[in-house]
Amino acid sequence: MIKAVESAEHSGDAGQQAVADHGGNGHGAAAPRVVRVRILRQDAPGEESYWERFEIPYVENMNVISILQQVAARAKSRDGRRVAPVAWDCNCLEEVCGSCTMLINGRTRMACSALVDKLLAESGDEIELRPMSKFPVVRDLVVDRSRLFRALERVKAWVPVDGSYDHGPGPRISPESQEDAYPLATCISCGCCMEACPQFTKIEVVRREDESAEEFDSRKKAAFDSGFVGAHAISQAMLFNGHPTGKMIADERLEALTSQGGIQMCGNAQNCVAVCPKSIPLTRSIARAGRAATVWAIRKIFDR
Amino acid sequence: MAQPRVLVIGGGLAGLSATMRLAELGANVDLVSLVPVKRSHSVCAQGGINSVNSLTRQQGDNEWKHFDDTVYGGDFLQHQPPVKEMADWGPRIVDLMDRLGVPFNRTPEGYRDQRRFGGTLFKRTAFAGATTGQQLLYSLDEQVRRWEVDGKVKKWEFWDFLEPVLDDSGRCRGAICQDLVTMQFRAFSADAVIIATGGCGLLYGRSTMSMVCTGSAVSRAYRAGAWYGNGEFIQVHPTAIPGADKLRLMSESARGEGGRVWVPKTPHDPRDPRNIPEAERSYFLEERYPKYGNLVPRDIATREIFDICTNEGLSVEKDRLCVYLDLTHVPRETLDRKLGGILEIYEKFQGVDPRVVPMKIFPAVHYSMGGLWVDYQKSSTGGLVEGSPRNQQTNIPGLYAIGECDYQYHGANRLGANSLLSCIFSGLFCAPGVIAGVDAGGKQAAEESSRLFESRLRREEERHHSLLSRTAGDENPYDLHQQLGNLMTRVATVVRRNEQLAAAYAEVCSLEERWGRCAVSDSGNWTNQNVVFTKSLGDMFPLAKLILKGALQRDECRGAHYKPDFAMPGLQATDLAEKRREAEQWCDRFEANTRRWLKSTVAKYGADGEPEISYEDVDTSLTPPRPRLYGLVGGEMIEEVWNERLKKAAVAGEGQGGSAGQGVGEGHGNQPAYAGSAS
Ligand SMILES: Cc1cc2nc3c(=O)[nH]c(=O)nc-3n(C[C@H](O)[C@H](O)[C@H](O)COP(=O)(O)OP(=O)(O)OC[C@H]3O[C@@H](n4cnc5c(N)ncnc54)[C@H](O)[C@@H]3O)c2cc1C
Ligand code: SF4
Ligand code: SF4
Ligand code: FES
Repeated sequence: MIKAVESAEHSGDAGQQAVADHGGNGHGAAAPRVVRVRILRQDAPGEESYWERFEIPYVENMNVISILQQVAARAKSRDGRRVAPVAWDCNCLEEVCGSCTMLINGRTRMACSALVDKLLAESGDEIELRPMSKFPVVRDLVVDRSRLFRALERVKAWVPVDGSYDHGPGPRISPESQEDAYPLATCISCGCCMEACPQFTKIEVVRREDESAEEFDSRKKAAFDSGFVGAHAISQAMLFNGHPTGKMIADERLEALTSQGGIQMCGNAQNCVAVCPKSIPLTRSIARAGRAATVWAIRKIFDR
Repeated sequence: MAQPRVLVIGGGLAGLSATMRLAELGANVDLVSLVPVKRSHSVCAQGGINSVNSLTRQQGDNEWKHFDDTVYGGDFLQHQPPVKEMADWGPRIVDLMDRLGVPFNRTPEGYRDQRRFGGTLFKRTAFAGATTGQQLLYSLDEQVRRWEVDGKVKKWEFWDFLEPVLDDSGRCRGAICQDLVTMQFRAFSADAVIIATGGCGLLYGRSTMSMVCTGSAVSRAYRAGAWYGNGEFIQVHPTAIPGADKLRLMSESARGEGGRVWVPKTPHDPRDPRNIPEAERSYFLEERYPKYGNLVPRDIATREIFDICTNEGLSVEKDRLCVYLDLTHVPRETLDRKLGGILEIYEKFQGVDPRVVPMKIFPAVHYSMGGLWVDYQKSSTGGLVEGSPRNQQTNIPGLYAIGECDYQYHGANRLGANSLLSCIFSGLFCAPGVIAGVDAGGKQAAEESSRLFESRLRREEERHHSLLSRTAGDENPYDLHQQLGNLMTRVATVVRRNEQLAAAYAEVCSLEERWGRCAVSDSGNWTNQNVVFTKSLGDMFPLAKLILKGALQRDECRGAHYKPDFAMPGLQATDLAEKRREAEQWCDRFEANTRRWLKSTVAKYGADGEPEISYEDVDTSLTPPRPRLYGLVGGEMIEEVWNERLKKAAVAGEGQGGSAGQGVGEGHGNQPAYAGSAS
């Protein structure tokens, strides 16, 4: 039976109050009282970047997002100056939306799953945050990753269905194929693999005074298309080339992967797979794409 | 007719499915979203999506039963025709998502695998690993990207919807939005505007929802005159992982696979939980509900966990409310095979391995059943008329609402895996009606309409600049948000009391007033997240008020809305005749309560900014309401009396062709009175 439940005064803080600062799970008695961070800031594209330092009260199980929330709420630097809050991207806080990529202690990763305890163990008493370096900075830790979504257009990362009218279920798929495809389908478009890739270099297009939004857009796309598509798009192309309906336009994807900025640019350095937060088997996708591209190139010669 | 132009606000499951369908039907779509649509909150859904399927059908399932489970789980507060239409569409929707490439789990023969969720006996839930929402969203995102390449869709990502633009006749003609990078404003003229902006969990500070679930867009529509339905119905999930930044969901499947909930008998026992002997532990769910144990329905588990921590003072920790959810007795190999994905979440964010150390969990705000009031057109068969412009339309002509931000499908309590369905359904289903409803003839003169947009644009610019210039105030928006969240969590979640709700209302008014003195710490005009947050905080107060007022006025218990002062206790008598008399009284009281309270709450933004609440009858024409007797003492006797009454009503109604209702615990066989769910 449910008893009448009394809402005691403190009860509402149901999981709301800051966790007490005592040694809990995974932490010895020596939990720090404050966390120090240094953040590489930039006010807008084209401006100089600069470091700013902050100090935040330590809370058990903190991650980098909770640090940034505190930085925003306080808007004060470590030396007590009032500063504009640091800008950053996030949404899900569960490492599934792909928003919060940044360089944390020099390594590209997701801020929401970067636990402070682990970071401190790795770097001593200060945590360093920098924006990704392969995408243009919008402000502070916010970067413009539209190139990454453009790459999905380039490789036609979709199943070319007739439309959304009812045609019954999709094709039957063996559990083995599902298990093969599923990991690739969990890619969160975070960009870590591109950040770590030596072949992927930054492309920054600045809007001209006299340029319309549409003109700027198409110039930007053209510039993106001249660069490397990146491991993420290669892997997505393989995902759809492996799907029974998706493979009906497999050739178009291979065409994209063998044109400028395609798979031939990959030097197989395998940095990408090492940093992927979703442990996506990128090396396998790249190897598959490489083989398929070779076969496709040969076939193209004979089909002429 | 020229191709209509539709503005869709929000690119979660609902917004994307509407966009895809509209483009296919020939419309041009502007799609506005705070975040890149692929990063919308829908990616968080883990559990799955419900529909009748060929397998369950052969076990006696059908669309009617899915409909019935949904309205029963929702404590009958939904209008029934839209729910029926949704259940009918379920199989087609899951088939469609399958065709779009969602990697649903498979059976050895290659068919879609299904699992069972709360609130039903059938394995209706299709799932893709532990990331069903993500997979559904991605496949819609991909189709919309296709339409984007074709030029039918234009995305406006990192844009904030500020207000709908209504003409003199009150029809919606477009909206004002703001670019969150350049901070520039833009007027979008449109033949129809669809709001698909999801839930409002941030009203409660931290919840299981994503950071953009502020409810701001809905609040802005409400302030422009759109009605809000059933606001007080907020679902709280029993098991979430408390975190400093967010309360992350721990799926019900952890209990499904043998997880045991307990607290040490000594308050805040400082020992390592593994060293606390069995005899010094209280497995309170198993003790109080021997039959269902740890798998009691969601609302009951939530209240019990809340109770043991607050009333009994047995929270595991002193400064933070939580109980143990223990899986350490289950073999590691089983855990990895069956729960791998969700245990990794715990490990990743808590830094502790739940296979070795019991997890600490506590209930968290999870879903808003309420939302913008929307209309529908009922068909002769009890479903909806496809293509009717009334479907999903708010009370403002030309303004529509779909997905979690409408109030239509889940009544007083949502069943797990039903939301993904309602989001995709409402998106797909509304599209032809939106196009049919385009007011082609009534277009205003170009000059007049440009003046209209111009004035609204100015208004938003002024609002923005007046906020920017407020750098000297003495209030901090982040602190105010925390205070609002704490307050709402304390009074408007699991247990509700009138004196607390009334006091909280006054407190929200004062918080709102203090908001007027907020200082923005960033006065710049480039990617200013500070001012955007402050603005959305201001928009939380009207919603908080309508939730509190709705809860205050509703003197009953229904679904997620639980007021102990108005609970209907079980039977006390032991003597059979006496017990029967009590059961008769119980049923009388249930019927009286149904007459009084089986009504949608409709909130309108009053001239003074306060919510005006009225009530609207619920269409229960398909199946009449019946009591949920779960765990109630004397439930069997009440059931007997109730079923007799039904029989009598059936006999009496025969001559008039009236429909008799469904008995408790009959009809669809051994339906347990169970309305919980997995996630
Ligand atoms: C952790 C978790 C697990 C869940 N699991 C399940 C499950 O297993 N099964 C199930 O059925 N349901 C589940 N749910 C519920 C379900 O996920 C949601 O109800 C559903 O995804 C909501 O989809 P939506 O399209 O309505 O909105 P969302 O996906 O929330 O999308 C909202 C969109 O609106 C945009 N937006 C918001 N405000 C504005 C604004 N002011 N201006 C412009 N754009 C704006 C956002 O950017 C976003 O694109 C779960 C929920 C949570 C929190
Ligand atoms: S393997 Fe290819 S894609 Fe990956 S990091 Fe190396 S060059 Fe880049
Ligand atoms: S492949 Fe991995 S690293 Fe690359 S975008 Fe996808 S999830 Fe991120
Ligand atoms: S906030 Fe979504 S991945 Fe980090």
